[in-house]
Amino acid sequence: MPTETIAGTTVEVNDEGFFEHPEQWTPEMATELARQEGIAELTPKHWQVIEFMRKEYAKKGTGPTVRVLGKTSGVSVKELYQLFPKGPAKVAAKIAGIPKPRGCI
Amino acid sequence: MGAEPIQKVSIIISKGSLEGIYPGLILANGARAEGIEANLFFTFFGLDAIHKKRHDHIKVATVGNPGMHLATLIGGLPGMSALATHMMEKKMSELDIPPIPEFVEMIADTGAGLYACKASVDMFGLDRDDFVEQVQDIITVGESYEQAAGGQIIFT
Repeated sequence: MPTETIAGTTVEVNDEGFFEHPEQWTPEMATELARQEGIAELTPKHWQVIEFMRKEYAKKGTGPTVRVLGKTSGVSVKELYQLFPKGPAKVAAKIAGIPKPRGCI
Repeated sequence: MGAEPIQKVSIIISKGSLEGIYPGLILANGARAEGIEANLFFTFFGLDAIHKKRHDHIKVATVGNPGMHLATLIGGLPGMSALATHMMEKKMSELDIPPIPEFVEMIADTGAGLYACKASVDMFGLDRDDFVEQVQDIITVGESYEQAAGGQIIFT
C-alpha cells in the first residue's frame, strides 16, 4: 500500500491518492491536499463541502454524488464546479480524506 | 496505464427515446464529474431532450427494440410504451438517476455546453423558444466539429 506524508503525518492512500483510512485525516491536511489538486486556497464554501463529505461518509460509508451534494450540501452544482473545477465529488472526496465515490451519476 | 487521459468529449444525441437520450446524458455528466470538458450536440429526434414541451414526456420504444424481449405485436399494444417507460423511470429513480428535465439542467450547471443542430431545428420547423434556456445556441454541423476539435466524439 502506498503511503504519503501530508502535513507531517504519514497516511496510507490508494494508487489514485485517496485515503485508505479516513480516520487518519485531519483538517490540517486538507490545505495541502487541496494544493495538490490545484486549489490554492480553501474558502469557507470549500470547507462547507469538505465537512459535508465527511459527514455523509460517516453516515453512509460512501461519499455523495454531485447531484446529492447539489441538493443537500447547501452549495449548488454550479458553485460546486466553480469550487472544484476538476470534478467536485471526486476532488472534494480526496481533500476530505474519504474514498473515491463510485457511481455513474 | 500510460495513455493520455481524455480531456474533452463531444456527445451527439440523435434519438428521441428514453433509451436513446439517457446514455448521452449519463456520459456527459460522468465526463464533467471526472473534470473532462463536455459538449452535447442534439440532432434529429434527440432534440426532444431539450424541447420544453416534450422533454418531460420521453418514452421507451417498445416496437422495433429487440432489447425489450417482447414480440413486436405485444410491444405495439396500446399503453405498452407508457407502461415500460413507467417501470424504467421507477427503477431509475430508485438508483437516483434524475428525470430528463432535471438532468439536462444539472448537466448545464456542471459547465457542459448544450447545442441544438441547425439542420434538424430547421427541418422540424422549431426555433430558439422551443428549447430550454440551458441550450446555448443552435449551431451547424461544421461549428459542432470545430467545437469538438482536439477531443473525442461520442455518438449515441
